[in-house]
Amino acid sequence: MPLYWTLITSLKAQSRYYAENPLAPPADPTLDNYRLVIESDFLRYFANSVVVTVGAVVPAVLFSFMAAYAIVRGRRMRVLRAMNGLFLMGLAIPLQATVIPVYLIIIKLQLYDSLLALILPSIAFAIPLSVLVLANFVRDVPNELFDSMRVDGATEWTTMWRLAAPLTRPAILTVTIFNALTIWNGFLLPLVLTQSPQRRTLPLALWTFQGQYGVNVPAVLAAVVLTTLPVLILYAFGRRQLLSGLTAGFSR
Amino acid sequence: MSPHTGHAPGRPPRSILPWLATPALVVFVGFAVVPLVGVFALSFTTWDGIGTIHGSGLDSWRAVLTDPGLPHALWVTFLVMAVSWAVQTPLSILLGTFLAGRQRYRAVLGVVYFIPLMLSSAAIAIAYKALLDPNFGLGAGLKLPLLVQDWLGRPGLAFGVVVFVVSWQFVPFHSLIYQGGVQQIPKSLYEAAQLDGAGRIRQFFSITLPQLRYTVITSSTLMVVGSLTFFDLIFVLTEGGPGDATRVLALDMYKRGFQASLMGPASVIAVILVLVGLALALLLRRLGGRDAGASQLEGA
Repeated sequence: MPLYWTLITSLKAQSRYYAENPLAPPADPTLDNYRLVIESDFLRYFANSVVVTVGAVVPAVLFSFMAAYAIVRGRRMRVLRAMNGLFLMGLAIPLQATVIPVYLIIIKLQLYDSLLALILPSIAFAIPLSVLVLANFVRDVPNELFDSMRVDGATEWTTMWRLAAPLTRPAILTVTIFNALTIWNGFLLPLVLTQSPQRRTLPLALWTFQGQYGVNVPAVLAAVVLTTLPVLILYAFGRRQLLSGLTAGFSR
Repeated sequence: MSPHTGHAPGRPPRSILPWLATPALVVFVGFAVVPLVGVFALSFTTWDGIGTIHGSGLDSWRAVLTDPGLPHALWVTFLVMAVSWAVQTPLSILLGTFLAGRQRYRAVLGVVYFIPLMLSSAAIAIAYKALLDPNFGLGAGLKLPLLVQDWLGRPGLAFGVVVFVVSWQFVPFHSLIYQGGVQQIPKSLYEAAQLDGAGRIRQFFSITLPQLRYTVITSSTLMVVGSLTFFDLIFVLTEGGPGDATRVLALDMYKRGFQASLMGPASVIAVILVLVGLALALLLRRLGGRDAGASQLEGA
């Protein structure tokens, strides 16, 4: 219901908004609100969100997969067991509580108000769950396959890419989707770690846009629709993957 | 003997495995473990967020612990947690059971129903803020006086709105978990019950609910630990207001630190947040004996 109202209202002209029945579709739909939103630099915010999401998800998933592989294959090594324990601990802690030191570190690294400032902590926050889920799947790869790779003289490195990666591809995809969604929708890190309008990501831009155009309800709602559109398009194409991505690790 | 049986004494580890885990470890330590330690350290300092950091012993702790704002924030956090749990759990179980059915129309409903999961809290909060606006919102448009309330301007109402929006956003997620749980219940249990003449409702209470025991714990863990981190939604919706009616711990931390430039006391709140999170996770794990919740599910 709120979704429907948001969509129809975003198509109404501001002048007609008060006159019409709020639940009826617009008598004469207009895209003016969307034009206003796009002219407010939304393409830049969109690009920022893409850079941050891709820039964080790719290394996060890559690192997590390598770590998960090492943790499963080296489960008899004390170092790796300790690492696993450390990552698991990260699951129980509300990582938001660490924003103040993260802010301090980012300032010290002179990264404040850059997109890299958003990417680094996003990777760190994504690692615990990703390692947990991926390790569960690597563990399911039959031991005989690992043994036969070894007999063939393959190194751990080639075994990881030739054997474990293809066999866990659904899990990798799932983890990628889940992290991408979390980072795309992230609000606290951009709020705390950036300042200038040029560095805004979509959720933050949406919030400031609302502050500027608060009374122009149709325009604000058009902004809401625009920021969620990319995710909804993805949803339309990969619904099953998205949904399984969201519950990954909890249904097992 | 496998080459991975660990390093026997006197033999240096030759495996590259630890190196594979190193990149993840470095980033995680740098931007999660160090900050976690750092937040404890910062709680014993005075810092305005820009200038130099001075040690100040227990000053921040004394300031926060004697501030009546703290028990209030704790109480609000607890209340949001408890009420939203009580609203979401029964709804999610019912909807999850319903969606686990095989009929085609349920699948179609499911498509629309899961959309809130994809949206950012900021987008949801802004849409609701517009919807509930007393002058420009839905109520004003429909000319229904009952709906024209200052929803976000009155403490009790604002709290209710927060719980409602939280539920709207997360019930689909938990239904999804329950749907998965229901689908794992063996069909034979229901067939046996049918032979014994148990009706639909009886089946629900005697088979579905008890079988979902672990799912309830998983889902509750996520809800409870996740509710500590409802920052963005409440921040955009009410900014903790009106007054302090919806000022939960995470928001309290942000406001003290980044708005009032009191990073020391804000770090104290952060430490409390970490401790509450750990305590809850441990408690729930003891109750359930299964996986700990993933707090960063809705994380930053």
